[in-house]
Amino acid sequence: MASHDVTRLKAHEMAALLRSGETSSRGLTEAHLAAAERQNRALHAWLVIDRTGALEQADKADRRLAEARKAGRQALDALHPLCGVPVGLKDLVSVKGGQATAGSKILEGYVAPFDSTVTARLREAGAVILGKTNMDEFAMGSSCEHSAFGPTANPWDLSRVPGGSSGGSAAAVAAFHTPLAIGTDTGGSIRQPASLCGIVGMKPTYGRVSRYGIVAFASSLDQIGPFGRDTRDAALLLHAVAGHDRRDATSAPVEVPADLLHLPEGDDEAAAYLKGRRIALPREYFVAGMEPGVAARVREAVAAMEQAGAHVEEVSLPHTDYGLAAYYIIAPAEASSNLARYDGVKYGYNDRSSGDYIADYLKTRGAGFGPEAKRRIMLGTYALSAGYYDAYYLKAQKVRTLIKGDFDSVWAAGFDAICAPVSPTVAFKLGAKVDDPVAMYLSDTCTLPLNMAGLPGLSIPAGLSDGLPVGLQMIGSPWSELSMLRLARAYEGITARAPWRDLDPAELSLTDDPSTPSPMDRKRAIAAAGAPGRQA
Amino acid sequence: MASLSRADVEHVAHLARLGLTEEELSRLEAQLNHILDQYAILTTLDTEHIPPTAQTIELENILREDVVAESLGVEDALANAPERSGSHFVVPAILGGEGGA
Repeated sequence: MASHDVTRLKAHEMAALLRSGETSSRGLTEAHLAAAERQNRALHAWLVIDRTGALEQADKADRRLAEARKAGRQALDALHPLCGVPVGLKDLVSVKGGQATAGSKILEGYVAPFDSTVTARLREAGAVILGKTNMDEFAMGSSCEHSAFGPTANPWDLSRVPGGSSGGSAAAVAAFHTPLAIGTDTGGSIRQPASLCGIVGMKPTYGRVSRYGIVAFASSLDQIGPFGRDTRDAALLLHAVAGHDRRDATSAPVEVPADLLHLPEGDDEAAAYLKGRRIALPREYFVAGMEPGVAARVREAVAAMEQAGAHVEEVSLPHTDYGLAAYYIIAPAEASSNLARYDGVKYGYNDRSSGDYIADYLKTRGAGFGPEAKRRIMLGTYALSAGYYDAYYLKAQKVRTLIKGDFDSVWAAGFDAICAPVSPTVAFKLGAKVDDPVAMYLSDTCTLPLNMAGLPGLSIPAGLSDGLPVGLQMIGSPWSELSMLRLARAYEGITARAPWRDLDPAELSLTDDPSTPSPMDRKRAIAAAGAPGRQA
Repeated sequence: MASLSRADVEHVAHLARLGLTEEELSRLEAQLNHILDQYAILTTLDTEHIPPTAQTIELENILREDVVAESLGVEDALANAPERSGSHFVVPAILGGEGGA
């Protein structure tokens, strides 16, 4: 290693050093906390940095590691690789005794009375929770600008968004504040920020990870997944949190493959996986309005896999164009139902000043929710209201059947994976789309069909366009996460020596300057200078 | 498909129990209609004989033994309540008032 900065290590490298005793979890945790604290003004990736809690967990992990080292090889092998490794959680994951705002003012001050299943599994593994990351309110958005607590900046260009809704998690991993973070993905909220920040992010199969203790957005679409700086790290985190949970009836009793812990180490060994794989390239995913640089990187990536022995064929997913409209009926409909719980009675913001219960609800919810949450509640309420249910919600559910059928026919034809773009654009400027909901929704065109069909998918860095990261999306059949990660690992293998691999985010070094403007300052300055074009 | 009038927007906001300002209502009227325009594409698709999909992984009938197990304690459950009475949430009165219940 050229550098002694431990924050540059991958989680699997940290795991090896922790086992040998060459480093301690306290040391790792201190280094990551320091980076997060130093740069949070400029990036605003974190809503909470829990120094005290993290160091306590680190010391506990160090004790577990020391005991295991004393007990011998077997005891060390029995520890999860994430024992002692830092992780960030999107601020909709419940951690007992801590906040879970979901980026909303309506949950400000709420203290989670229990751990989510994801939290409990991370504790069991011995991972160190550094804090909670910023997000679009209730995970509704593609830029992190809908957070009630201010936007997050992209470490590649501080005047641009990190993507969303899990933008804080993606920015924190890209900026080396943590090797790993948890996000949620309802229409692309893990894959799109992973793409825009140049890291790996995976949305697992619906039902793979328990949603118990996660603030709900759209319950038939929401799924929890990992961010990491490479596929091996993402696989470790998925392994730690996945699996059936009796407290979430939609979590599936499907075994979690132990081989998630053993993705190939060597690049050549990894690349060999490509030989004979059948990859489908859906023509409908190269949509109008897609930046040429994005389409070019995706086609180059697929060509490289073909050269390494994969068979690539163009396919048609004919109902893709209907996905956006159907999604933006189903997701708001489910959201309007889920968000009915914020009534100011059980928890959260409340205004009881009028003495009339309807008036109190109106005031509580009117003041507690931000603009995007209100828009979605309105859309969903309308789509479910008397006289419109058949035209909107039922129709959208039928279209959902057709979208799922498109994918089923690809699997039936014997393809191993579908490769596609993640986001039609690279990271856009702060403020460029925030007042135009339809423009923002278009960011999800290539990602939301998977949520509609329940499929696993990931984003993996595939180079740069205009100096900004482009992600390649890999989509698999249900429960094929291991195969998808092997395929992505193979792509890492064949691009290991590409000049864009392991580049530092271009503007990361600026974030160390204490006089650097905050993302909110930048957003205001851009607006004041006269907003540049949407695609800027 | 339908378009929303200002009165429709106010009605939906009331159904959703969202107190909105005049400015918000105006902005939402324009934005919601723009979004509804995007839904028009769905009318071009014949779905008469297509069954709806509500969930994708086809799990059904999740059963468990009917046994008492530990769950969230009363104190924990009430800890975030703005107002409580003993082991209960205090809810706004909905009976009485105008038109009774």
